[in-house]
Amino acid sequence: MSRAVTPRRKLINTTIAWAIGLLIFFPILWTILTSFKTEGQAIASPPIFLNFDWTLENYAVVMERSNYMRFLWNSIIIAGGSTILGLIIAVPAAWSMAFVPSKRTKDILLWMLSTKMLPAVGVLYPIYLLFIELGLLDSRTGLVIVMMLINLPIIVWMLYTYFREIPGEILEAARMDGAALRQEVLYILTPMAIPGIASTMLLNFILAWNEAFWTLNLTAAKAAPLTAFIASYSSPEGLFYAKLSAASTMAIAPILILGWFSQKQLVRGLTFGAVK
Amino acid sequence: MGQITLEKVTKSFGDVNVIPPLDLQINEGEFVVFVGPSGCGKSTLLRLIAGLEDVTSGAIKIDGTDATNLPPAKRGLAMVFQSYALYPHMSVRKNIAFPLKMAKMDPAEQERRVNYAAKVLNLTDYIDRRPGQLSGGQRQRVAIGRAIVREPSAFLFDEPLSNLDASLRVNMRLEISELHNSLATTMIYVTHDQVEAMTMADKIVVLRAGNIEQVGSPLELYRNPRNTFVAGFIGSPNMNLFSGAAAAEHGAATIGIRPEHMDLSTETGTWKGVVGVAEHLGSDTFLHIHETGLAEMVTVRASGEFAVKHGDTVYLTPQADKLHKFDKDGLKIA
Amino acid sequence: MATKASRSAARIMIAPAVILLLGWMLVPLIMTLWFSFRTYLPLRGGDQGWTGFDNYVRFVSSSSFWPSIMTTLTIVVSVLVITVVLGILLAMLLDQPMWGQGVVRILVIAPFFVMPTVSALVWKNMFMDPTNGLFAHLWRFFGADPISWMSDAAMPSIIMIVSWQWLPFATLILLTAIQSLDGEQLEASEMDGAPLLKRFYYIILPHLGRAITIVILIQTIFLLAVFAEILVTTGGAFGTRTLSYLIFQRVLESQNIGLGSAGGVYAIILANIVAIFLMRIVGKNLDN
Repeated sequence: MSRAVTPRRKLINTTIAWAIGLLIFFPILWTILTSFKTEGQAIASPPIFLNFDWTLENYAVVMERSNYMRFLWNSIIIAGGSTILGLIIAVPAAWSMAFVPSKRTKDILLWMLSTKMLPAVGVLYPIYLLFIELGLLDSRTGLVIVMMLINLPIIVWMLYTYFREIPGEILEAARMDGAALRQEVLYILTPMAIPGIASTMLLNFILAWNEAFWTLNLTAAKAAPLTAFIASYSSPEGLFYAKLSAASTMAIAPILILGWFSQKQLVRGLTFGAVK
Repeated sequence: MGQITLEKVTKSFGDVNVIPPLDLQINEGEFVVFVGPSGCGKSTLLRLIAGLEDVTSGAIKIDGTDATNLPPAKRGLAMVFQSYALYPHMSVRKNIAFPLKMAKMDPAEQERRVNYAAKVLNLTDYIDRRPGQLSGGQRQRVAIGRAIVREPSAFLFDEPLSNLDASLRVNMRLEISELHNSLATTMIYVTHDQVEAMTMADKIVVLRAGNIEQVGSPLELYRNPRNTFVAGFIGSPNMNLFSGAAAAEHGAATIGIRPEHMDLSTETGTWKGVVGVAEHLGSDTFLHIHETGLAEMVTVRASGEFAVKHGDTVYLTPQADKLHKFDKDGLKIA
Repeated sequence: MATKASRSAARIMIAPAVILLLGWMLVPLIMTLWFSFRTYLPLRGGDQGWTGFDNYVRFVSSSSFWPSIMTTLTIVVSVLVITVVLGILLAMLLDQPMWGQGVVRILVIAPFFVMPTVSALVWKNMFMDPTNGLFAHLWRFFGADPISWMSDAAMPSIIMIVSWQWLPFATLILLTAIQSLDGEQLEASEMDGAPLLKRFYYIILPHLGRAITIVILIQTIFLLAVFAEILVTTGGAFGTRTLSYLIFQRVLESQNIGLGSAGGVYAIILANIVAIFLMRIVGKNLDN
């Protein structure tokens, strides 16, 4: 809106918005700050906001106590692997729905989304058994597959909405130019949909990174990602605020930074193309 | 190379029959224009030839071989789309080279052909730009460039000029005609604009509701329309069609006379009427004549500057040999 | 716009996704159904044969069943209401001209990136702890007795934590929708003398319909599955045991697979009821 606003009005807006923004952000800020305190300062009464002795000791302790790098690596493999695998399966599916739609296309889409509503806990034990049977328990491969499956409906849906914005004539032109289906998807569709594919990948990566049910229940020592790393702080170590904060900061920092850098693409992706 | 034959081709979408059985012969090197009002099936027909749609029944032969079930890529045809359908993420060079790359042509030969096409189409200065940075006319030329480098056996154009503004359209029309003269390759061109059809075609195919109404050279169609539909569609301004008493006088259900085939006088003539709007174009004057008792309005052309104004009474006399007579089914009476 | 060839290609290309999801849905579902009719105690004698509908009857007649359904629905509905209402207000605020809009947006979106286990732990320990939590300090500062959140106000605490996580999502989508609102339309209504409340009700709210649908759809999918937040904070105690969590306890803690599977079937039925209801709305709303 190009409406003229008085500086006074703008000042009021700014003040209120910043106050609310900081309030919402405060728990994260407080966690980050606490991670640099000593345990004593972390529980000092009254609480110390900034005026404390900054220390990296907690990070050192956390690193020493558990193999952070392994958890981090597992998270990256699981989130990244499931995203790429999901994309490989979803791109052709979304191509079909967007460019060769049939009467059933919408039903298939809604059905796919409805599989996401199946309560995970209802099928936990069968999956657990199957995983034992297939030797996938506590393996990164197993989690990559599960994460891919639970996020596949969202990837397909998002790609579908992006693909629909690409004019069919361009794909037909490629066909006339002698491109086979594989070349049409690889050389024309995919490059044209790069922004959409990027935001789909981002959202999926974040969802997989933060997913806690399957990662907690299907892993033990070997394949556990950061969700399990942090869950091990639930008690009684949770009472050591500074270390808890350091561990928390280490668990969320990668995704927080990634998310902030890409928030524009992310917002677009999150709206499923339904909100312009 | 470039002979296309349609044999009893039909096309239905579900229960809707878009093309009834249709036969058509397109000869090598011809410039054929499919023309008709929107929804007449002309684009569908083009897409059937291209292979972007399946025929429901019938056969399509290209250069004597049956191409009915060949995918678009294997038919050796090139198409220029209404929206140009350029690849937005590729430079002009890569757009033009794409079909060659798909054909796995030798890179040096690709380079040579792309540069040649760019030169012919005046695109050399823009060769490394993306389509988004080009004007409408330039995009159109890239689309044509992409089509000609493959040296296809025929070109298909799907309303290629409808997204351009009027002056550019005239220029591109000439360029495409010149292209046809220099390449001498078969071209099939779809348009709803009868002016484009008349000016460019060797052969016009007039379509209505999937049916071929008439096939012929522009002048054949102009001089000798087979029925009232073609008579009314070809020629600008449209032919005047009268039924009733005036037609009965000539022993026909409907008679037609083109605006340029009536003599105009302020004193005497066959029909009398009152001038409504007078369009003075300088070289010609078009008059809209009312209250003739023939039709709501009659259009007549006077060459040069004909000094009448709104409300004047004028007399019209049809040139007897240019009068078209149609029977009650709208067919021409020989 | 398609040929037989492209239609059959389309079927082949969609097949992997459909087959995988179908398998992912059906195989465990059939296994769960099978187990639900059996007495199956892995640590106490394993599979002991058919029991008919015993597990179903036992699960429903357990005193925890209906409360768990209520808890599930309470969490889903409360969080939806809170995030949608606050989200609309926040989106309208963020749409106003201000200094540093981009930074404020980054601050507001941040909780969405925090993994549920982390946010639950941080809230539980550093904010809601009755002795050392920040809230305790705040309460004492005003002379009040600190609340032991996780036992005395467990449900509101969990609702608050989950709302904090999902408010950014709702806000962002609603903000995008508001920004697409035609400014002239609003100005025209302002010229017509419509007061702020009327403008909101007749112009802004209808425009947000689609966005609100998306928010409700996506959030419901994730809220029905809320798990880590409960596991880490109350462990299902103090009236926070959702249906999911109850089943989780039956399966993992009491190692009664038959009973847990019967519960799983109930959860699937509940999810389907919600799904059908939602898909109706969404299907209709996404069409136009």
